[in-house]
Amino acid sequence: MSEVRAEMVANVWKVVAAEGDSVADGDTLVILESMKMEIPVLAEDSGTLTKMAVAEGDVVQEGDLIAIIQ
Amino acid sequence: MLESVLVANRGEIARRVIATARRLGVRAIAVYSEADAELPFVREADEAVLIGPPQPAASYLDVAAVLAAARATHAQAIHPGYGFLSENASFAASVLEAGLTWIGPPPAAIDQMGDKINARNLMEQAGVPVSAGTHDPVADVAGALAAAELIGYPVMIKAAAGGGGIGMSAAADPAQLTAGFETARSRAERFFGSPAILLERYLQRARHVEVQILGLADGRVVALGERDCSVQRRHQKVAEETPSPGVSPQLRERMLAAAVQAGLTVGYRGAGTVEFLVDVDTGDFVFLEMNTRLQVEHPVTELVTGIDLVEQQFLISDGADVSFDPDGVTPSGHALELRIYAEDSKRFLPSPGTIKDWAEPSGPGVRVDAGYAAGNTVTPFYDPLLAKLCLRGADRSEALERARAAVAAFTIAGLRTNLEFHAELLRSAEFSSGDYDTAVVSRLRP
Repeated sequence: MSEVRAEMVANVWKVVAAEGDSVADGDTLVILESMKMEIPVLAEDSGTLTKMAVAEGDVVQEGDLIAIIQ
Repeated sequence: MLESVLVANRGEIARRVIATARRLGVRAIAVYSEADAELPFVREADEAVLIGPPQPAASYLDVAAVLAAARATHAQAIHPGYGFLSENASFAASVLEAGLTWIGPPPAAIDQMGDKINARNLMEQAGVPVSAGTHDPVADVAGALAAAELIGYPVMIKAAAGGGGIGMSAAADPAQLTAGFETARSRAERFFGSPAILLERYLQRARHVEVQILGLADGRVVALGERDCSVQRRHQKVAEETPSPGVSPQLRERMLAAAVQAGLTVGYRGAGTVEFLVDVDTGDFVFLEMNTRLQVEHPVTELVTGIDLVEQQFLISDGADVSFDPDGVTPSGHALELRIYAEDSKRFLPSPGTIKDWAEPSGPGVRVDAGYAAGNTVTPFYDPLLAKLCLRGADRSEALERARAAVAAFTIAGLRTNLEFHAELLRSAEFSSGDYDTAVVSRLRP
């Protein structure tokens, strides 16, 4: 199981993957936006996305959970 | 002179406009979001009105909230700064309809120049050189591919309603164009509310050189010199200087004349900037776009001319003469601006956080326009600009020396900044020589 966490304070701009999706290492899960820059958050594992912990418009802090892949 | 001005902006530019207002005895009103309550611009205004939560759409871009704040404080005029509502023609019209003074050009000029396709076509008709490009918005990939055949590769894909370097990409062949077109379109829609795309010939080696103009109350347009803004990352400026080391006196004369022509064509009033690309290989220049507002990098022009551009904006908007002789402008010396961003120096990724220490450099020729102070929190909601470090010297060499010392003396702790990058830029052979183009940063970060 791997937890994907936010590396910095940012806004959640787009949620690209959904719970239940099969994801591969390198797939974009969400796109954050911080200071007018888009920051894709990528899966570092392959598996099933069992949890999407954020929604579009949320603000995440450094370390906040974004998704779980199992 | 105006009685009062509400600054519809934040951070360093709000602080800078407020500083001129206070110097001239003009009552200064700030509007701010919850994220900015502790910033210097809020406490330095004569009055400050909280207008909403951090999200720009609910605060700095909220026209109703800004106008309500103006009514509540009996503001006579509104200065929009840069970004946000500064190039929003309908906001300008609303300000005028509310019976307030709009510190900016007529809404029609904002409209005409706000769409890059329209602006290019207008300039072409006026005899201002433009690069090969599309005359109408590109509807789809098929249209893009057809247009690119006529223009010739490589092409630059741009949002017609865009700015800030966002939503631009280059395509060297049909495959890249196909891949880049849809991304460009969705970004254009998301960031600028319009999916319209234009294509332009991409210059392999170019310098971004822009000209500062002032449209005077009597209809004359004067040019106050050029700025070289070729130091960019992600198509956003990081450093600017004047005069441009890449512009000869003859080229300067032609560019300034073209910029004046651009201003006259749209009946321009107030401060504006006409942006050009200089083709390093041929020495030709082409019109890129016009920004119908004050630019971030305006201080370098102020440092070599001795003219306070915000003061001129106030005067012009009030129907008065400018404070200097328009026929007698002679820039002297060399000025440089370094944009200090809240981002790391290696990959330029955003670094929000709380500032623990802040110590600005000072000394002869040093000017710092800072948006933040120690204890402030830099949030992800706005652009990453922390401060503008500006230096003036008798010549470029002295300006560079002062810049190196000033960067070394600038302390910002608590988040990552690009100060280390600027130190590297100033040490680099390419930048030091003055012989650089818009790819200079990519060569420092291959």
